[in-house]
Amino acid sequence: MSFLEVKNLRVDFDTNDGVVHAVKDVNFTLKEGGTMAIVGESGSGKSQSAFAIMGLLPKNGRAFGSVLYEGEEILNLPEEEMNQYRANEMAMIFQDPMTSLNPYMRISSQMAEVLMHHRGMGKSEAIAESVKMLDAVQIPNAKNRIRMYPHEFSGGMRQRVMIAMSLLCNPKLLIADEPTTALDVTVQAEIMDILLDLQEDFGTAIILITHDLGIVAGTCEDTLVMYDGRVMEYRPTKDVFEKPEHPYTQGLLAAVPRLDQDVSSLSTIDYKKLVTAATEAQK
Amino acid sequence: MTNAKKILSVKDLSVHFNIKQHDAGFFAKPEVLKAVDNVSFDLFEGETLGIVGESGCGKSTLARAIIRMIPANTGEVMWMGRDLLKLDAAEMLEVRKDIQMIFQDPLASLNPRMTAGDIIAEPLRTHHASMSRAEIREKVKTMLEKVGMNASHINRYPHEFSGGQCQRIGIARALITEPKLIVCDEPVSALDVSVQAQVVNLLMDLQKELGLSLLFIAHDLSVVKHISNRIMVLYFGTIAEIGEAKQIIENPSHDYTKKLISSVPIPDPKIEQERREIRRAARAKRTATAG
Repeated sequence: MSFLEVKNLRVDFDTNDGVVHAVKDVNFTLKEGGTMAIVGESGSGKSQSAFAIMGLLPKNGRAFGSVLYEGEEILNLPEEEMNQYRANEMAMIFQDPMTSLNPYMRISSQMAEVLMHHRGMGKSEAIAESVKMLDAVQIPNAKNRIRMYPHEFSGGMRQRVMIAMSLLCNPKLLIADEPTTALDVTVQAEIMDILLDLQEDFGTAIILITHDLGIVAGTCEDTLVMYDGRVMEYRPTKDVFEKPEHPYTQGLLAAVPRLDQDVSSLSTIDYKKLVTAATEAQK
Repeated sequence: MTNAKKILSVKDLSVHFNIKQHDAGFFAKPEVLKAVDNVSFDLFEGETLGIVGESGCGKSTLARAIIRMIPANTGEVMWMGRDLLKLDAAEMLEVRKDIQMIFQDPLASLNPRMTAGDIIAEPLRTHHASMSRAEIREKVKTMLEKVGMNASHINRYPHEFSGGQCQRIGIARALITEPKLIVCDEPVSALDVSVQAQVVNLLMDLQKELGLSLLFIAHDLSVVKHISNRIMVLYFGTIAEIGEAKQIIENPSHDYTKKLISSVPIPDPKIEQERREIRRAARAKRTATAG
């Protein structure tokens, strides 16, 4: 039995213009404490796959297929039951740390709330535990800074708070949706290092969702490349980067300028060819 | 680049902002933020100068002060022998024909109620008021094709285009007055990588063809290195270093540049693993000395 097994995952959205198939048949497995990346451009369905797993799809979204978490089916569970899994078993961090923190609440109250709700801790105990977690994500002077409001933190610090908050209940799975996209590169490197260190220390499995192939290279064991709601390539990261099999992956890799290489002009992806190839493969 | 003509020369440019302290009294002196502090550099004809730095380091403020979108406190901006900061409104309008700008958010920088054709024609109507309608339409169509778009899309509105196409419209609008310098403020950072590649290629091709000079602002060092002849690294409003792109990347002298280069992810698992180990060792050393 694998830790997380996603089978034939599909996500549809009802819109005024008819049904939109955002995710079409996604399959992957993740072992306990493993790391994998879902890479794709905007609109590829990478975030919607994650939202479906977490049960966070908007009202007009419907998920089909199967998501087995430690052998239990968790796709489309009722809200009540899903809440047991969220926080305690799995957690998620989002791209923009400012919009996912409550601007009216001190960090201390927001973090303590999680522990009081899910673990039944008292407030002072919960805050003490939260300070420990802020130390773990290397926020200097955590004891005093926990009393601050979100706007008093920089973007990088806010994302550290989000990471600390998501790890409070010691989840076994962390889904990070573009966790560093809004941050400067120097801060991005620090945040990714923190995430990886925590992954090693706590044994948390991580699904990293990103459009940046560079981040994936240094972080994840497996890489799943998505385009137009479909899986283009799903293999160990090393192989994906050394010998990309799918033309889309090859195109993506060639389109990124690299600091350690010189090219006279960047290559671009021929989407028309990709779409025709995909439709033919389906037939 | 030594025998090329200098077209822009910035000397000791400073832009300061006053920040009101929230607990200060009514007559208290405001705190001064030096967003751009004594920056001097030259730009040559046909050259691309990349400007990098983290958010808040003053890249955009510098660019906006040069073209007088925001007022500078001190310094001079010499453009073809004239100080831009001393020109009056009419003279400045004359100069704006030669200096155009491309913005970061491709959709937000286009008026949603104007068609692509109107957007691209607007600078012509301002700077060449005598031009006939038919002439303008012809020019706009040629320009659309030049930036790789279909001339028949002239009557479409911005929301009907993708992000990459909108950025092409922005580029066409900047090029229509045949400028000598284009200031690009993060022109590709909102785009997907493959679209980013197309836009970067387009800019480089157009530059070669038209002999443009570019001030290329971006936070992505890999893109800046690819497109620039020289790179300027800004750090807290001052120039950390400026030099040939290759030399900056291979032999950075400023600590911030070194940190920046070591942070840029490289899509190669082996290299990234090694770099992470190096960063980890550096961090361990830092905490050891701090503790």
